[in-house]
Amino acid sequence: MAARLAGSRSGTALLAVQRGPLVSCRRWAGAAADTVYDVVVSGGGMVGAAMACALGHDIHFGDKKILLLEAGPKKVLGKLPETYSNRVSSISPGSATLLSSFGAWDHICNMRYRAFRRMQVWDACSEALITFDKDNLDDMGYIVENDVVMQALSKQLEAVSDRVTVLYKSKAVSFTWPYPFSMADSSPWVHITLGDGSTLQTKLLIGADGHNSGVRRAAGIRHVSWNYDQSAVVATLHLSEPTENNVAWQRFLPSGPIALLPWSDANHTDLVDSAGSMLQYVVAFLKPTKVSARQLPPSVARVDAKSRVLFPLGLGHAAEYVRPRLALIGDAAHRVHPLAGQGVNMGFGDISSLVHHLRTAAFNGKDLGSMSHLTGYETDRQRHNTALLAATDLLKRLYSTSATPLVLLRTWGLQATNAVSPLKEQIMAFASK
Amino acid sequence: MWRGCKLSSSGSRFLGSFKSVYRCTQADCHRLTTSAVCSKNQLGWTLQIKPWIFNEYGIMWFKSCSMNFACLNRMKSYRLPWIRAYSASRSTVDSREVKTFLALAHRWWDEQGVYAPLHSMNDLRVPFIRDNLLKTVANHQPGKPLSGMKILDVGCGGGLLTEPLGRLGASVIGIDPVDENIKTAQHHKSFDPVLDKRIDYRACSLEEIVEETAETFDAVVASEVVEHVLDLETFIQSCCQVLKPGGSLFITTINKTQLSYALGIVFSEQIAGIVPKGTHTWEKFVSPEKLESILESNGLSVQTVAGMLYNPFSGYWHWSESTSLNYAAYAVKSSVQEHSVPTKFALKGEREELRAEASTNSGTLMRASVLPLTWNTQH
Repeated sequence: MAARLAGSRSGTALLAVQRGPLVSCRRWAGAAADTVYDVVVSGGGMVGAAMACALGHDIHFGDKKILLLEAGPKKVLGKLPETYSNRVSSISPGSATLLSSFGAWDHICNMRYRAFRRMQVWDACSEALITFDKDNLDDMGYIVENDVVMQALSKQLEAVSDRVTVLYKSKAVSFTWPYPFSMADSSPWVHITLGDGSTLQTKLLIGADGHNSGVRRAAGIRHVSWNYDQSAVVATLHLSEPTENNVAWQRFLPSGPIALLPWSDANHTDLVDSAGSMLQYVVAFLKPTKVSARQLPPSVARVDAKSRVLFPLGLGHAAEYVRPRLALIGDAAHRVHPLAGQGVNMGFGDISSLVHHLRTAAFNGKDLGSMSHLTGYETDRQRHNTALLAATDLLKRLYSTSATPLVLLRTWGLQATNAVSPLKEQIMAFASK
Repeated sequence: MWRGCKLSSSGSRFLGSFKSVYRCTQADCHRLTTSAVCSKNQLGWTLQIKPWIFNEYGIMWFKSCSMNFACLNRMKSYRLPWIRAYSASRSTVDSREVKTFLALAHRWWDEQGVYAPLHSMNDLRVPFIRDNLLKTVANHQPGKPLSGMKILDVGCGGGLLTEPLGRLGASVIGIDPVDENIKTAQHHKSFDPVLDKRIDYRACSLEEIVEETAETFDAVVASEVVEHVLDLETFIQSCCQVLKPGGSLFITTINKTQLSYALGIVFSEQIAGIVPKGTHTWEKFVSPEKLESILESNGLSVQTVAGMLYNPFSGYWHWSESTSLNYAAYAVKSSVQEHSVPTKFALKGEREELRAEASTNSGTLMRASVLPLTWNTQH
């Protein structure tokens, strides 16, 4: 077997690891009358639900049985609440493409979302700043509430309910892994026992159950993780002046980055809007504009009541993404600091890659749990995710200090990167996947 | 019927030298003197590595034998392979080959084990079969592209190729003369309720079921089989008999070249141990030209012949321009029933039409076979 890289930035650097032993040694003897599913997705969050959706809508999975296990209750698809939820995600164009491939993006567009076109990031300890914007009129990304994404995914899951079964309030409590190859009287499938005692079997188990993944623990996959000495505070802010709210602002303070993500053009009427843009037009006419002129972020008027939330941050990376009949996607495989807005996008990228490999395997009549294509997925994604995790961790550590040499280093680095447009374009392209 | 061959003096010396160095059994000496040598048409050295990874040399001691498919029940009176060849029995199975496979019957489904190269060969042969069969139907169900097709997998072994075909929706019957193989295959498919219904395994030879299954299959697959068959002509005839008119025959096998000997037998079996010793006999390898002539003379029109190459380092197969080592062939049974009349002239127009269709295969590197009409007269 080829060596696998454990992508971690810890002191252990990059190791070549062999597949570790399976932790749970209970083997299932004898076939049962359990249903044999082709794919079971454990965890019904954004990434898990999107995975089930993508498989359900794929034509090559026409006669396959897919199950999604979600521990929470079913959310009733009612009207959108007026107040904005404070859990939002930045969706990259690549993720938007994935979501539109099975029709969820249309639902999101019909609900609410916010596109942004520019991003400005600057340092608190120096004057260095970097701006990202796209020359063409494409959006750099979209800010969408997590609830909106979940609603859109639920609608699309219902559309393929003949192929995808969703079990709510079902948590997989134990797993039984198969032997490496068929031995007498041992079932080759993964056996899952649910909280209510029922059992089922599956040819491929996809773990999408978050950074404290039970699936990953049960499989005994080594996991590198540490907590940042930081927590994230999220709140909804109201701006004091009307603005064309399509720029994402981020400022690195020694205590941690602070970001303003555009949400809506609140607080202005049509009249003000048109007056505002006319003024801008006149101003631009009179004054020569510089490329990427430094803009000031809008000032905040007030914080939405009851919208503040605190959650701890950390980094995590699984040493292996796949085992025979098991694949990890989303936060179960990798957990990242939100400073680059990449967490859920990496998960959606995992979905694109895994669906691509599974679709080819299904069209070739292969056993879905076979390692030959699962390792292809792992290679693809570990390469991408390891780089991104390393870069994000590096940025976080670099900007957490106010020590002069490091401040100098990062100032020059930021200014240099800002000056080199091809490099910025490469960064944007990588982050947009 | 054994194709009697003249052994050219240079050829026998060539084989004799190899024989003295690498082979040591009495039976081999006899076989070499009567076997056909590489034909004069083979020129370049081409590499074929027959991929079977194997560690148990001990079991393979007596396995330097020709592998044929024979019905065990019938072969009670045979003594030596070449004498048996002249017997009146029409079966093409060799019980010594059966013993070879018996030893490894439980190892079929270990994807990293002895049969790993056959597992990875599925990446080539399943799309080859699937795409060529899809061309014969107007539309197909997404998710089950081969649904509604009846396929016979001759020499299915542990079911390595049978199961993917079943998963693609076809009803497959897998036959193999080795009982243990069928048991392994049955056991493996029993856990999957969908495959259990679609696949049927039988421990028998092709000749035994020819009568009852005449003209019932849309496709017959004989992958890595014809190099183990005792009598190729009879085997192909039987394949043709069980095919519906217009049905497809898929064969993958090994070419008979100097390089296939050097790399396929000497290197793979003796030196590197990639293939179990005695799995193959070079004399039984079939060149594409010979195969095409037999197919054509039995009413099967050859559509495609494509070379395959195995990389033992990566463990993957690739399509290749050269058929000097492994190759895959696809032939279609003529829709008009012709038995004794040579079909090459009567069906010329139809063959060319089918060849034109075959030349637009998607995604695979193939060359359409060009069979000059004068070829048959040389033979």
